[in-house]
Amino acid sequence: MPLGLTKKILNESVLTDSFDRRSFVLGVGGLSVGMLLAGRMGFIAIAENDKYATESESNRVNLTLIPPRRGWILDRNGAPLASNQADFRVDIIPERLQDSERELETLAKLLNLDDAKMRDLRKRIDESAGYAPIEVASGLDYDAFASVSIRLPELPGIVPQRGFSRYYPTGPSVGHLIGYVGAASREEFEEDRNPLLITPGYKIGKDGLEKQFEQTLRGKPGARRVEVTASGRIVRDLSTRPDVQGNAVQLTIDGPLQDYAARRLGLESGSVVVMDCASGDLLCMASMPSFDPNSFSDGIGSVEYAMLSENDRVPLRNKVLKGLYPPGSTVKPMHAMAFMHEGIDPNESIICGGGRRIGNRFFNCWSNHGRVDMAKGIYQSCDSYFYHFAQKVGFDKVAAYARQFGLGQEFDLPVASQFYGTVPDSAWKLKKYDQQWQPYDTVNASIGQGYYLASPLQLAVMATRIATGRHFEPALIKTDKQKPAPSLDFKSDEIAYIRQAMSDVVNGPGTAGRARLPIENVLMAGKTGTAQVVSLSVSNGKTGPWKYRDHGLFVFFAPFDNPRYAGAVVIEHGGGSGAAYPIARDVMTFMFDPQKGMDALLAYEKEWGGTAQQRLQRRYAEYARAAGETIPASPPLDREIQARVDAEARIEAQRSEEFARNNPRRVRRPDVDTSVNAQAQNSADDAQ
Amino acid sequence: MSSIIPTPIARQPWSMLIPLILLTCFGSAVLYSAAGGNLSPFADTHLLRFAIFMVVALVISTFSRDFAKFAAYPAYVVILIMLVAVEAAGAIGGGSQRWLEVGPIRIQPSELMKPAVALALARFYDTLPTGMFSSWRALLPAGVIITMPVLLVLMQPDLGTALAILFSGAVVMFLAGLPMSWFLAAGAAAAVAVPLAYNFALKPYQQRRVTTFMDPESDPLGSGYHITQSKIAIGSGGFAGKGFNEGSQSHLQYLPEPHTDFVFATMAEEWGFLGGLFVLVAFGLILHWGLSVARNAQNRFDRLLAAGMVATMFFYIAINLMMVMGMAPVVGIPLPFMSHGGSSMMTNMMCLGALMMVYRWNTQGRGGGLVQS
Repeated sequence: MPLGLTKKILNESVLTDSFDRRSFVLGVGGLSVGMLLAGRMGFIAIAENDKYATESESNRVNLTLIPPRRGWILDRNGAPLASNQADFRVDIIPERLQDSERELETLAKLLNLDDAKMRDLRKRIDESAGYAPIEVASGLDYDAFASVSIRLPELPGIVPQRGFSRYYPTGPSVGHLIGYVGAASREEFEEDRNPLLITPGYKIGKDGLEKQFEQTLRGKPGARRVEVTASGRIVRDLSTRPDVQGNAVQLTIDGPLQDYAARRLGLESGSVVVMDCASGDLLCMASMPSFDPNSFSDGIGSVEYAMLSENDRVPLRNKVLKGLYPPGSTVKPMHAMAFMHEGIDPNESIICGGGRRIGNRFFNCWSNHGRVDMAKGIYQSCDSYFYHFAQKVGFDKVAAYARQFGLGQEFDLPVASQFYGTVPDSAWKLKKYDQQWQPYDTVNASIGQGYYLASPLQLAVMATRIATGRHFEPALIKTDKQKPAPSLDFKSDEIAYIRQAMSDVVNGPGTAGRARLPIENVLMAGKTGTAQVVSLSVSNGKTGPWKYRDHGLFVFFAPFDNPRYAGAVVIEHGGGSGAAYPIARDVMTFMFDPQKGMDALLAYEKEWGGTAQQRLQRRYAEYARAAGETIPASPPLDREIQARVDAEARIEAQRSEEFARNNPRRVRRPDVDTSVNAQAQNSADDAQ
Repeated sequence: MSSIIPTPIARQPWSMLIPLILLTCFGSAVLYSAAGGNLSPFADTHLLRFAIFMVVALVISTFSRDFAKFAAYPAYVVILIMLVAVEAAGAIGGGSQRWLEVGPIRIQPSELMKPAVALALARFYDTLPTGMFSSWRALLPAGVIITMPVLLVLMQPDLGTALAILFSGAVVMFLAGLPMSWFLAAGAAAAVAVPLAYNFALKPYQQRRVTTFMDPESDPLGSGYHITQSKIAIGSGGFAGKGFNEGSQSHLQYLPEPHTDFVFATMAEEWGFLGGLFVLVAFGLILHWGLSVARNAQNRFDRLLAAGMVATMFFYIAINLMMVMGMAPVVGIPLPFMSHGGSSMMTNMMCLGALMMVYRWNTQGRGGGLVQS
C-alpha cells in the first residue's frame, strides 16, 4: 500500500497538473464566452439601438384612422334626408384571421347571424383583397358588441368598434334619389388608393347622390394612436386627432313631400316629380317601389338582391330618371301652345267624327267629340284636333317646341345617368330607321304615341314650363343665386288660355274630374295621358295581366292661375290615367294642406297594410322565409347591379319603341277617366 | 475577516453569496415588472423559493465527504429510476410529461439528474485506478453513466436538458484527465457527424427549426418570432434601458415568456446594457468562485465534483443568454437565479450547495490555521 501509494501519488500529480491546466483552459473559455455575450449585447443594445427602438415603437403604437363622419344630406329646409347614427359594429379583416372557420363560427354564435348572412359573408371573404375590411354587422346593441370585444384575444382579425353608420330617416322614400353607402370594393380601392377606403367602418357612396357627392360628403379622417398588446388589445390612447365631418349637401327636395309622395304611390309602380314654379327647384323625385338604403349599408344581401331583382316592378330602377314612357295625351297642351305660336287661332275648330281623315286614311279618335276648338281639344283630349293641326303645322316644327319644353333633353343634374327619351321627327326617323316620315307618324306623335318617349322628370319640366311660360332648368342642389329663367316667348294671354283649358280638365268638363283638389280657392290644372304598351289584340289595356296594362300619366300645376308647383305622375301599367291623377291630387293637397293630405294617405295605408317601409320589411321577411336555402349566394357588386338595372331599363324603353314600330297605325284612345267616361270609352273600343 | 463578525458567518463564501443575493434580488425586481408591477405571482414566489433552496444548499454544504461519496451512486440510480417512471407515467397517461407528482410537489427528475451525473462521474473517476485513465475502462462506464439519462431525457423529449447533462458529463471527463486525443477525435467526429445528421437525418421542418436562429425572419411567427422580439427588447433598451416598469415589449406581451426563458430580455429592455453587464459580472463572480473552489480542492473527487457543478451552471447561463441574443436556437433553458421557476432554482441551488460543501472541505482540510491567520 505505501508502495502503491507512491506510485499513485506520482500519477495523481500528473492528473492534478492536467486538471489545473485543463480547468484553466475551460475557465478562459468560459470567460471568453462571457466577453462574447457582453460584446453581442453591446452591439444589439448600443450599435443597433436605433433600429430596435423603432421596431419596439412600431410594435407598441398602433395608428388607426378614425373614419370621418359623413356629411349630412339635407332637404331644402335643413331637415336630414341622410344623417349619421352612433352605433356599434363589427368588421373582419380577412388577412388577419388565423383560423377563419372557427372564428366565423364564434361570430355567428355571438351575433346570431343566420345561414344566408354567413354565406354572403364567406363569399365576400373569399373574394376580398384580404386587407380590406368586411362588415359583419352594424347597429349592434351594446351587449352583442361587448360579447365580441371581450373575446377579442381569441378572435384575431375581427374588429369591433364604435362608430357612425348612415341613417336615412325616411328609408325607401329616398332610396333612388340619395342612393346608399357601402364598404369600398377592391376595384374602388384600386382606383383611389386612399387608405381611408380600407379603414374598418368607412363607407363610400355607392349610388345616387351619395356617390355623386362622395368627395364633398367624405370629410377628413381623424387618427388615433393607441398602445396595443401583441394580441391587438388596446391598452390606452396615446393621442387622438378628431375627424373632420364632411360637408353637408343641401338639396332642393322637400323632405316631407318626398316621403309623402313615395308613400302615396302605395302599391303602384311609378314616380312623382314636383317642381317649384318660382325657381325650378325639384321638390320631390319619388320613385317606387324602392329599396331601403338603411339595409344596404353592409352590402346588398343575396336574399335581398334576389327579392328586389325578381320583382317585376323593378325596385332597383330609379323611374324618375330611367323610366321612359310614351307621354300620351300629356303632350297635348304643349302641342297646342306650339300650334298657337305657329299662328293657329285657338278658336279655329274642326269636327271630330269619332276620328279624322288625314291624308287618305281615317284615324280614330277615342270618342266622337263633334265641334272641337283648342280648349276642348285639351280638356276633352280630342285626338282628331291634334291629328289635324299637327298635320297642318308639320310635326318637325312641333317637335322643336317639344324639345324647348324639355322633352328629349338631358338636364344638368348631379345624377349618374338620366335617359333622355325620344322626340321623333323626320330627321330622327331617317337617321334611325332610314325611312321617310309618314302622315301616320305625325298622327301618332301628335297625341304623344308612336316613337315618343319621355321620362317623368321631363314631363315635370314640361309642366313647369307650360305653367310659367319660362325656361326653368330643374335644380337638385340648393343654391342662393337664382338661375335665370328666360321667357319662352309666349304671350301671356296664350299662356292663360292653356292654363284655363288645363284647369278645365280637372275643374271643368274635362277628363279628370276626380282630380279636383279638396281645398277651396286652389284649383289644380292638369292633363291626363294614357300610354298603350301592347296592341289591342293582346289586351284591352285596362284589365288582365299587369304587364299589358296601359301606363297612366298626369302632368299638373297648381294653383292654375298663379302656378306655384308643377309636376308629373307616371304609374306604370296603371291601366290608364285614372291611376295617376288621384295621386297628383293628394300630393298637391298635401302641399297646400298637409293635414288633409296626410289623412287621405293614412286611410290608404291602413288598406295597403302599412307604410312602404313596413310593407318592404314584411315582404323581405316572408321572402327570406319562403326562399331560404334556394337563393344563390351571389350578391353581385354594386356597380354590376347598377349596370344591370340600367340595361334592363334601356331594354324596357326599347320595347316601347318596337311596339310603336310594329303598330304604326294602331292608334287607340289616348286617355280617359275610366269612371266618368266609361261609356264613351266602351263605344270607342267598339268602334275600333 | 474582522473578529467582530462571528466565525460561522465569517466562514461563509461571501465572494459568491453577495453577487448571488444581489442577482436574485435583481431577478425579483425584473419579475416584479414582468408581472405588470406586482409582487405576485412571480417575484414573491421567486424570493420564497430562493430562501427555501438556500436552506437546502446550506444543509447540503454540511455533508461530509464520506457521505457524499457514499450517496453518489444510490442518488444517481434513484433519479434514473424516477426518469423511467416519468416515461412510464407519460406512456400510461397518454402524452409526454417531464415531471412526477408527489403530493403537492412536482419533481422534475431530469433537473435533478444534472448534478447527479456530475456527482456519479466524480465518484467513478475517484475510484478508478490512475493507471487506467487512458484505457477503455475509463471511458465505457462513464459513457454509460452519461448516456442512460441522456437517452431517457431525449425521449421526453427535452433536447436542452439532454445537452446540459451531456455537457457537464463531458466537462467532468475532460477534467478527469482522459487522453486529450480522445476529445480531439470526438470533436472531429462531431464536426463530421453533425452536418451529416443535419442533412440526412433531419426532416426539412426540423432543419428549419435548427437554423431559424440564424435568420429569424424566415420563420416570423414560430420560434423566429421569439428571437426577433427578444432582440427588439434588448436592442430597444439601449445603454441605460427604458426604466423600471417601462418595458413595452414585455408589458404588452410582444416578448414571449417574459418571466421565464426570456427574462434577460425583459431585464435588458428596462435596465439596458448596464443591467446586462451587471448580470454578466455577477454570474462571472459566482462561476469564478466555483472554479476556484474546484481548483483549490484537495483530491480528485472534490475537484471533479466542484467542476461538474460549475459546468452545469455555466451551461444554463451561456445557452440561455446566447438564445435570447439570437446566437443559439430556442431550447427552453431558463436563466439561473433570474427566471421564475422552481426546477431551475432547485438545480442551481443544489449545485451551489455542493460547491459550498467542497469549499468547506477545502477550508477544513487546511486546518484551523487559515481562520486563525
